[in-house]
Amino acid sequence: MTKENYEFIQGNIACAKGAAYAGCSFFGGYPITPSTEIAEFMAEWLPKNGGKFIQMEDEIASIGSIIGASLTGSKSMTSTSGPGFSLMQELIGYGCIAEVPIVVVNIMRGGPSTGLPTSPAQSDLLQAKWGTHGDHPTIALVPNSVEEMFTETVRAFNLAEYFRTPVIVLGDEIIGHMRERIRIPDPGEIEIINRTVPNSDGLCPLPYASDGYKPACLPNFGKSRFHVTGLNHDDSGFPTMDPEIVARENERIIRKVYTQRNLVDKFEAIHCEDAKILMLAVGSAARAAEESALELRKKGVKAGLFRPITLWPFPKEEFAKYALNADFIVVPEMNLGQLKTVAERFTKRNKIIPVNLVNGEPLGPETIISAISHLNI
Amino acid sequence: MFDYSKYLRNEKLPHIWCPGCGHGIVMKSLLRAIDKTGWSKDEIVLVSGIGCASRLPGYVDCNTLHTAHGRALAFATGIKLAKPKMHVIVVSGDGDALAIGGNHFIHACRRNIDITLIVFNNGIYGMTGGQYSPTTADGDKTATSPYGNVEPHFDVVDLATGAGATFVARGTSYHVPQLDTYIHKGLMHKGFSVIDVTEACYTTHGRKNKKKYGSNLDMLKYQKDNAISIEKAGGMSEEELAGKIVTGVFCDKEKLEFTDKYQKIIDSVSGGAK
Amino acid sequence: MGKKEFVEIKYENAKCTLYIRPELCKGCEVCIEFCPVKALSLDKKKLIVTADNMEKCIACGMCELRCPDFAIYIEKKEGAKK
Repeated sequence: MTKENYEFIQGNIACAKGAAYAGCSFFGGYPITPSTEIAEFMAEWLPKNGGKFIQMEDEIASIGSIIGASLTGSKSMTSTSGPGFSLMQELIGYGCIAEVPIVVVNIMRGGPSTGLPTSPAQSDLLQAKWGTHGDHPTIALVPNSVEEMFTETVRAFNLAEYFRTPVIVLGDEIIGHMRERIRIPDPGEIEIINRTVPNSDGLCPLPYASDGYKPACLPNFGKSRFHVTGLNHDDSGFPTMDPEIVARENERIIRKVYTQRNLVDKFEAIHCEDAKILMLAVGSAARAAEESALELRKKGVKAGLFRPITLWPFPKEEFAKYALNADFIVVPEMNLGQLKTVAERFTKRNKIIPVNLVNGEPLGPETIISAISHLNI
Repeated sequence: MFDYSKYLRNEKLPHIWCPGCGHGIVMKSLLRAIDKTGWSKDEIVLVSGIGCASRLPGYVDCNTLHTAHGRALAFATGIKLAKPKMHVIVVSGDGDALAIGGNHFIHACRRNIDITLIVFNNGIYGMTGGQYSPTTADGDKTATSPYGNVEPHFDVVDLATGAGATFVARGTSYHVPQLDTYIHKGLMHKGFSVIDVTEACYTTHGRKNKKKYGSNLDMLKYQKDNAISIEKAGGMSEEELAGKIVTGVFCDKEKLEFTDKYQKIIDSVSGGAK
Repeated sequence: MGKKEFVEIKYENAKCTLYIRPELCKGCEVCIEFCPVKALSLDKKKLIVTADNMEKCIACGMCELRCPDFAIYIEKKEGAKK
């Protein structure tokens, strides 16, 4: 009988262990609080396990290096926080248009700019979607526990490899630095997905050819000679300005994710079916929201929590369905209303009660409860 | 006759560079130097940033990567570290390598990672219409220095050697056989190699400074008439060297290369298993 | 997939065959300028190079060396008198 493997670890370490579990073999990063523990773990773990770690000169170099490494076949990642995430935006877009799998972990902190390096915030929920210029697909996952820091990082790699696109993991300083006891899954327990590559060696004339809205099937450098560029390109990978091809490819890279939402969507719906007070929250704010919803339930209030785990693409259909039945949508978040702007698109605005905290303190259930105490419930 | 077609994506020619642009001359020199190495095309990765010179990889039949402005060396570092057996060559303009890419330039030099960087140094941002760059000469009129450039310029050789590159050479787009030798040496050198190639952009730079530079052909002849070998330059004063292009190998030293050094760590901590 | 072949105009003398590729020649005149014997000239209508004085060509290869466009090259003839 195998002994189950429990560890009492920090969220950041769980994230790094999840990357290791997924087969990450390259990390290029730059230290930034509160994410640095991830880099430090990888610096130690990777060379012991045949992987490569490099501390690059800045965040832009970090994401550049992981895209380069990924093109040779390595599963690669970087980790950062808000200011570094802002710096990485251009090359996140590069990864999207060039269809290169990478994982970018952002352990969010108070902003804007230098903000509060050691304090939590949910400052980049919208930046994760809209930070990089141009139209692009976005997959962003928001763990709310140490266990999810592990499992969602594994899932991030799987999604990146399958869809051939950057995947963002949005932690925050609380989730990153808190410690919880988790069970490390056995090898093989969680399915690991690897990118498909064409079988041919030598010349690869159409690395970006795809059937319908499928991901392209690029070979790895060293196996086949082909061209990769950040310019709009056709299925040969070479630049084009042909309006029909540009439009087609711009749409394809977005639809390749949005036509397979079933593979990306993930959320948690707690007591949502009959909820009259529906909370909408992610990450550490969702833990407070869950507790306050359960407390309200004890008092006889029909409260529930809708928690997107995949934040982008936003699970709009499920959310809208529950929101329709609710009288109020309470949106607690550690920013000044980013998730609220998303909720506004899928429900009546006058139902929404934002609960915003940007003082660097964790958002607790008492804050949520007192914010809705005026309601006649 | 040298058979370039082995290395060319013929269907992509003619290339986009202007008539008489030095980039084509330097590209041919690079291809001849690559051929001399005997490397297989599958083992070569050509990485570039953004700019006229950065369009080069699209024309060459090997693994080619056209990245974002200034970031070629970052991508190249990831490629080389992840797969050290690949031969990684970076081609970059002066703006791409030294302005926006300046930080990656000095750190690649410092790391002494086995990548060869060729700087297509024509002292201008050509692709965007001729704005001044970190290597534009003093007083030159450009699109963003209409009254004459007031900024001092980098000496790429000094910058590279100061930052730790272990092979540094300068050639010109006129002195082509010599350039072949420098590029080949750089490719074969184990460590970070920088070859600074003095070139000219008549279209966006020369034309705005006709009194100084003349025609496109004059700009090539300028390189012919003003290049001084490093040996000869040693015995000349600063005034005598003004406006001269000192060519030669400035630095060629052996130093443990970055990926080799990292591999030693892997070997020691992984018990040699990986 | 066969490689694309370029159209070539041939010029000959005892020492070599000279090829010009009109699809690639941009008429930059670098080869003309640096030909030591002035064997080349510019067709001002088509704006490509022609080897009007091919008989002067000494097969030095300067044109091929300096052409930025892969547009001109020579094949030296075997046993050609130096």
